[in-house]
Amino acid sequence: MSERSLMKGNEALAEAAMRAGCKCFFGYPITPQTEISAYLAKKMSANGGLFLQAESEIAAINMVLGAASTGTRCMTSSSSPGISLKSEGISYIAASDLPCVIINVQRGGPGLGGIQPSQADYWQATKGLGHGDFHILVYAPASVQEMVDMAVNAFDKADQYRMPAMILADGLLGQMMEPVTFPEIKPAEINKSWATDGHKNKRKHNIINSLFLTPEVLENSVIARFERYKKIEETETDAEVYLCDDAEIVVCAFGATARVAKSAVNLARDKGIKAGLFRPKTLWPFPKNELLGAVKSAKAILSVEMNMGQMIDDIKLATECKIPVSFFGRTGGVIPKPMEILDEIVSVGGAF
Amino acid sequence: MLNEIVLAGFGGQGILFAGKILAYAGLMDNKEISWLPSYGPEMRGGTANCSVCISDDPIGSPLVIDPDMLIVMNEPSYDKFIENVKPGGTVIVDSSMVDKECQRDDISVFYVPASSLADENGMTGMANIILLGKFIKETKIISLDTLQSAFEKAIPPRKKDLIKVNMNAVKIGMEQ
Repeated sequence: MSERSLMKGNEALAEAAMRAGCKCFFGYPITPQTEISAYLAKKMSANGGLFLQAESEIAAINMVLGAASTGTRCMTSSSSPGISLKSEGISYIAASDLPCVIINVQRGGPGLGGIQPSQADYWQATKGLGHGDFHILVYAPASVQEMVDMAVNAFDKADQYRMPAMILADGLLGQMMEPVTFPEIKPAEINKSWATDGHKNKRKHNIINSLFLTPEVLENSVIARFERYKKIEETETDAEVYLCDDAEIVVCAFGATARVAKSAVNLARDKGIKAGLFRPKTLWPFPKNELLGAVKSAKAILSVEMNMGQMIDDIKLATECKIPVSFFGRTGGVIPKPMEILDEIVSVGGAF
Repeated sequence: MLNEIVLAGFGGQGILFAGKILAYAGLMDNKEISWLPSYGPEMRGGTANCSVCISDDPIGSPLVIDPDMLIVMNEPSYDKFIENVKPGGTVIVDSSMVDKECQRDDISVFYVPASSLADENGMTGMANIILLGKFIKETKIISLDTLQSAFEKAIPPRKKDLIKVNMNAVKIGMEQ
């Protein structure tokens, strides 16, 4: 294990991407993710990669489409409004079955919104990041260390399944510094015989395309993609389960909010309330089975989010509405306080 | 043991750097640490602050709302944070910048004319580090040796002359 160093989440993620073999970065500045661009602008060339600040978010995502077509590991990063701009390109990349990594360091929305931390892009990331029938892998880190570990994993999984993977972080994780270690990283060796990387007249040329004018052909390509999604939903879910064995109230939270929620769960335990925490690490695929395991003794679920309650539907679907789900959240860039969540736990779960 | 610290002042006073040094000191002591800056338009000319947590256990929220310890370098920040300090807490005030005296009797407040001391000692701009010296003297959560190695870690080799200058500022703070 290498030495602990102190880094901002944004910088640690950028370093991890380079170590994971990312050779092309295309970005456009926006608070609170600009340190990713700044870090890679300094280091990418020296590492044999390419850093390019595009003229817009839309240009950047289409450059990703081009680089990904060649089988090169590539990445773009932005924050909420910028991700909306990229959504058309992300749909094209998904439709072309191309791997890439997209970073969203979320800020308050909708519209230009604010620049403080938020999780209000949950729906966008997990349900509808662009037009058409498609999903992307969505990872939700809760620490600077996970910004590193999940970024590395995202590159591998994107390659393995030939689809975009997103790190859904937020301004808190991007801006904060924590100790972080960089494990020995061995990027997965993945066959990319589909890549348009020059056939030299030795093989049939490859075509990367997202236009299928014959409905049956398009339907088949979508169905094939959904067969893969099914497998991903079975094998790629991940979650942290904390003090849930005997928990009567299970708090569900992801990302930075889960840290605050964990403090609240500890405070509730001190008061003798049987509280636990369930933290999805993958948002798509949503860890349904892990949640079912965590709520075995639960009488109530409390979803805590930095938005107006976007994860509630997924919790209700996973638990088939058998356990009441209540909600506490702050939005617009306000970070919930441990005491606020504790009050909510007490009012929901204190009666048992 | 969790120590929650807020450092606050104007942008440009070195609030974020002083916080970073505390975080590096925690790193050197093998503690769990977090450092969270305020970010955004308020950093230019307005108030800047950062939250630092130093703990034996994993840290929940990195955002400090009720600090155990406060270092404060201007009046707007003093007004904003002084009532939030936990009872029993410690406050270090740059009294060249804050012309107020705390009425609370449940916290320990130390007044150091750090900005004037910095100017008098030919180290203008290092009031933040002088306050850090007073801070470690009164709170004892970080040793002088740890602080020295924090500077060594945080300051890049090409600027290593600054380590000594910073340690001199720390010593001035500790004499107060």
